[in-house]
Amino acid sequence: MEIVYYLIQNTLPVAIPLLLVALGGMFSETSGVVNIALEGIMLFGAYFGALFVYFVQDLGLEPQTILLLGMLIAAAAGIIYSLLLSFAAVNMKANQVISGTALNMLIPAVILLFSKMYFNSDGVTTNVNFYIQKIPVLGDIPILGRMFFQKTYLTVIIGMFFLIIATIVFYKTKFGLRLRACGEHPHAADSVGINVYRMRYAGVTISGILGGIGGFFYSVGVMDGNVNGHTGVAGFGFLALAVMIFGQWRPGKIFLASLFFAFLRTLAYSISLIPFLYNLGINQTFYKMLPYVATMVVLAFTSKKSRAPKAEGVPYDKSSR
Amino acid sequence: MQEKNSSLNKNKYNLKNIIDSSAFSSFLSALMAIVLGLIFGFLVMLVAAPANALEGFKYVVFGGFRRIGDVFYFATPILMTGLSVGFAFKMGLFNIGASGQYTMGMFFALYVGFMWDMPGSIHWIVACLAGFVGGMIWGVIPGLFKALLNVNEVITSIMFNYIGMYLVDMLIQGNSIMYVPEKTRTRYLPADVQIPSLGIPNSNVNVGIILAIIVGIILYIVLQKTTFGYELKATGYNRFASEYAGMKGKRNIIITMAIAGGLSGLGGAFAILAPSSIAGSSMTYEPINIIAANGFNGMAVALLGNSHPIGTIFSAIFISHIQRGGTLASLVGYKPEIIDVVIAVIIYFSAFSMIMNSALLGFIKKRFSKEQKDIDDYKDNEIKEAE
Repeated sequence: MEIVYYLIQNTLPVAIPLLLVALGGMFSETSGVVNIALEGIMLFGAYFGALFVYFVQDLGLEPQTILLLGMLIAAAAGIIYSLLLSFAAVNMKANQVISGTALNMLIPAVILLFSKMYFNSDGVTTNVNFYIQKIPVLGDIPILGRMFFQKTYLTVIIGMFFLIIATIVFYKTKFGLRLRACGEHPHAADSVGINVYRMRYAGVTISGILGGIGGFFYSVGVMDGNVNGHTGVAGFGFLALAVMIFGQWRPGKIFLASLFFAFLRTLAYSISLIPFLYNLGINQTFYKMLPYVATMVVLAFTSKKSRAPKAEGVPYDKSSR
Repeated sequence: MQEKNSSLNKNKYNLKNIIDSSAFSSFLSALMAIVLGLIFGFLVMLVAAPANALEGFKYVVFGGFRRIGDVFYFATPILMTGLSVGFAFKMGLFNIGASGQYTMGMFFALYVGFMWDMPGSIHWIVACLAGFVGGMIWGVIPGLFKALLNVNEVITSIMFNYIGMYLVDMLIQGNSIMYVPEKTRTRYLPADVQIPSLGIPNSNVNVGIILAIIVGIILYIVLQKTTFGYELKATGYNRFASEYAGMKGKRNIIITMAIAGGLSGLGGAFAILAPSSIAGSSMTYEPINIIAANGFNGMAVALLGNSHPIGTIFSAIFISHIQRGGTLASLVGYKPEIIDVVIAVIIYFSAFSMIMNSALLGFIKKRFSKEQKDIDDYKDNEIKEAE
């Protein structure tokens, strides 16, 4: 039972970045822009969030306040970085995969460059403890309280909050409907007076917000508040894309998919704590490969009946038929 | 009079031809991306350390000329990964997996180098071929996923980058003949698997670069002169139309990815088997759980070369040139990562430089047609005077 508690408590902080970033990818792709750059956006958000934490950590602020403020900074950074993608993809009608890849390559190099020159290290190291031992009241609920509200991070609750908002925006608002129309059939959307360019900008910008926050939450919940240019976000942006495809571009399914991947990853990194698996004597690297292999298996089964937005990846050109 | 007229016309035709040709426009767009990338790099240098920016920038742009041998040495692997990415791109496939294929190629070459006993003269050739096979295996998997299961090759090849990296690190760490735990890296390969050096003093340039250029030329011939190459490009332009015309799209996807993977793997083999005077830069492998950067640089090379094999050769040499310059820039306090920034910006701009390019071309053409109009007016006047 201890192990079950442990796994759940450790899965959630990992699942939240995946969830947020995948939701971001969903907004971007349903508007018609393939967002390979999520990895870079995450890292950009994480870096600025961590930089903020680094500069205010000695001011004696409450850690959770720092976390909330850092989240806003990360979101702003994510917006700025995502604008580079929307400019290339919407205005310049560039190949979205190429420009996304370029953005992914740019940011680790910039981080390494500046960190090496100013901090003499590969990234930012902070020493604020965001860990919450027990959330008052909620943490006292038997079993459930221990699973979800003890030994956790504030990021989990914020992440769930974002999931609810995203679901409402996606399904229940005029904006969500229009966004999806732009990804399915931009010309039809245009013909009824929706500004496709603006909607695509909106979609990518939302993915920037969620991507930046997701990156910061990754550095808080997985890396203990540190950001490193070499390892970056360890492919979480790409995993989030896989989560999004696995989740068939729908918020609810994306949530389940992110839990699935996060669980596999947590399992991979806590093998030594689980006697049953440890005694099997399998090389631990196999478990590290597991999330990626699982992605492939899952994609192999789900891609045939893919519900990908029809116009994703295709630059919108008013004059073409 | 007649003769002059026709020569004028002919001239006009030629110049216009050159401006209109796709080679010229892709050259122009590559040039523009490079210039913008360098400008951005300069700006970053200005922000990072204003005092040394100009000097550092000089190193970046011209420094490579001092190390011409090393430029070719480091161009070899990225030329191969560049050819790999470009070849797949001709078919409309985006091979982000070059890194994983490259690492796999390295591993296969290492394995043959350490574990197979062979006469010295053919050992390195067999090791290179093994690298090709290794990359091919890692490339064909995304191809199969794409062709048979309709999984986007971008996601697949990214996943296989990670799987390949972990797998190779694990296999190497588990092999007591190759791996020395105390040094956290493999032993040095026996000297007889080393690729023969070209013997240029003060550099490690070796036969690999010549082989890589030959591979590039072969790819050019395959793409331009064979049915397979034609089908490949046709599928790249319009998959449905080519399938309607009876081309086997699925089979071609698989073959293309296999070849692309093989090319990357060969690049890995060239890199690991190269003679080296810098300790640890080749002949040994350090499993550190990081994805090989040369795969991603290959993307830059391919995009800059507009996926054209011959263009890729030149762009690989160029990228290698500024990379050498970047290492030299550390003399004035910059870190070599500045070049990764420049390369990323170059890719970013080359993604949409075609649009800027057509604007620029339009401008040139306008200027040109204006001049032409002047000439025509002049000609008309002359004719009138003659009458």
